[in-house]
Amino acid sequence: MSVITYRQALRDTLRAEMVRDENVLVIGEEIGVFEGSYKITEGLLKEFGPRRVKDTPIAEEGFVGAAVGAAMLGLRPVVELMTINFSLIAIDQIINHAAKIYGMFGGQTSVPLVIRTPGGGGQQLGATHSQNIELFYSFIPGLKVMAPSTPAEASSMLRAAIRDDDPVLFLENLGLYNSKGEVPEDYAEPKNDNIATIGRAAVTREGSDITLIGYSRMATVATQVAEKLAEEDISVEVVDLRSLRPLDRQTFVDSVKKTGAAVICEDDWLTYGIGAEIAASIQEGAFDYLDAPVRRVAMAEVPMPYAKPLETAALPSVESISTAIKETLSAVGKRVG
Amino acid sequence: MADTAKPKGGTARASASRRRNRKDTGIGNEKPETLLDYYRQMLFIRRFEERTGQAYTQARIGGYCHLNLGEEATVVGLMTALQERDYLFTNYRDHGYAIGKGMDPKRVMAELYGRVDGVSKGWGGSMHMYDTETRMLGGYGIVGGQLPLATGAALAVTYRGGDEVVMCQMGDGTTNIGAWHESLNIAKLWNLPVVFVVINNFTGMGTTVEMSSAEPELYKRGAAFRIEGERVDGRDVLAVRDTASRLVERAREEQTPFLLEAWSYRQKGHSVVDPAKYRTDEQRELARADENDPITIFDAQLTKAGVLTDDLRDEIAASVKAEVAEAADFAENSPKPDVSTLFDYTYATPVPNESRRMPADPVFAE
Repeated sequence: MSVITYRQALRDTLRAEMVRDENVLVIGEEIGVFEGSYKITEGLLKEFGPRRVKDTPIAEEGFVGAAVGAAMLGLRPVVELMTINFSLIAIDQIINHAAKIYGMFGGQTSVPLVIRTPGGGGQQLGATHSQNIELFYSFIPGLKVMAPSTPAEASSMLRAAIRDDDPVLFLENLGLYNSKGEVPEDYAEPKNDNIATIGRAAVTREGSDITLIGYSRMATVATQVAEKLAEEDISVEVVDLRSLRPLDRQTFVDSVKKTGAAVICEDDWLTYGIGAEIAASIQEGAFDYLDAPVRRVAMAEVPMPYAKPLETAALPSVESISTAIKETLSAVGKRVG
Repeated sequence: MADTAKPKGGTARASASRRRNRKDTGIGNEKPETLLDYYRQMLFIRRFEERTGQAYTQARIGGYCHLNLGEEATVVGLMTALQERDYLFTNYRDHGYAIGKGMDPKRVMAELYGRVDGVSKGWGGSMHMYDTETRMLGGYGIVGGQLPLATGAALAVTYRGGDEVVMCQMGDGTTNIGAWHESLNIAKLWNLPVVFVVINNFTGMGTTVEMSSAEPELYKRGAAFRIEGERVDGRDVLAVRDTASRLVERAREEQTPFLLEAWSYRQKGHSVVDPAKYRTDEQRELARADENDPITIFDAQLTKAGVLTDDLRDEIAASVKAEVAEAADFAENSPKPDVSTLFDYTYATPVPNESRRMPADPVFAE
């Protein structure tokens, strides 16, 4: 095992897939000459040339749609959208086209497309650049939505996304790019077949008192919460959703059946958010096992402010999640450390 | 830029009595069998669409239903300009194009009926004809949606060093949407062999070109992207064929996009259910005038040239009628999709935890 950043895991895996398969090309704004706003595509233009590393004009609808069209003819484009906020410009091509073409034409043509894009607040980027709107895509049958939280997942899940024949929205996170973690030694080998299974969640830390569910950056925050509460003798089981569509309900429902309580932490807004679907699934799948109402810790329902104290206050934190967990356990008479 | 066959004064102001401003298409140099083939194809689309309209009013066909009535010469001229290996993307007014690109009319009608033998197996309907074999890659219901896709298809062609051309058909209203600007720009920047074809029937639903386009001379609107544009009389099958062929072959040769505007009159409303009450008397007259009807025009031309005789006309009419009836019978007798197939086409790569829940099923089936 070696320890690398989430950024490097993405970059090296992307490169490996381009070496492996001539049909893989990358398309996006500032990905070539500029080497990527977040340097995920660093070095790719030099290595593969402009045929396979296509810098685009600022025209998200145009180039995302072009990637869909290229995928229809059998290429395997990996599109970079600078942030998920800009996917709104391309949403017609993602939802009305990429997600529909396979089914709407009776299964004649698949769309092997990956759209990589980071979400994430907390960077003082203000209201239009700090949103977590993966819900929009997670809502849509025909799309697959993946959300890796560690470098190892980033690698195995990106490989899975590129080799899948369906359109995949691959959610990254600005707050994770510099995070580090262990990856297999051969993670960057083109012949590597370490491929994640789309549609599977994972219990990333076992515990017995309560289940804490998150994805992307919040899955890593959940682990921090579990570590902190362990010091107070509270045993938290962490579930990393990893795949937002399809959603692996059984994994977190089984966990809740074991612990009897659940808190969901999410970077998006609470009302109608991803957590609402998780909570609804828990009540349906583990109603008799619940000792307390399911709590959600989510972003405050405001357009994200720029000023740091306001931004920090708006986002879930280790502290706020810990509080919600303690209150939940307290409500059912479980010991609170 | 060539400005051929300009409709004088645009939509409403064009005179019903104006002679067709078309250069000699050299009908004398054409093989009679070629001309008769075009005539038959145009008549076939006319009768097919009339039958479609009838089936729609009888509730055999559901959803939205947009017909190519009045556009037959454009359809046949454009489709003749493409090679079999070339790709086609269209908007939702796609029945004629689907047939013209080579789809079996029986399967097009079956799609309209929502049956398993439909080209899209009953999943698409009127707006979503699709067939990988004949390379008609849809039929799209969102205005402008097909432009980025067509551009990307051309990218895939050049990526592989192929020599196919992509034709991207759209209506006049499409020239104002963002996807138009983004796609034309990208197509030119990346040197892609796409021929963008604007079908100008002067009306986007009920909104005239003058009401919606600051530059109503639509073929000029490629200028911002240095894309050469031409305009052609879309009532004239030979003019459309010749102009489109030239641009398609130039796109193939020069590896660059072109823009073609073909104007003609939409004979009826936007869709079958639209009585087009917004039309002025003059507009209505223009849309219905014999001299704007591509089939009446071509019939007269061929008759005058001695290519079409009364006997031949009757023979063609009878064979077209029989074939359209056969398509409708085929559609009528094709099975409706079984409900058990509802989840067959959500994903191309099977995936765990894909929901196959029917509306009232519990999320967790025991």
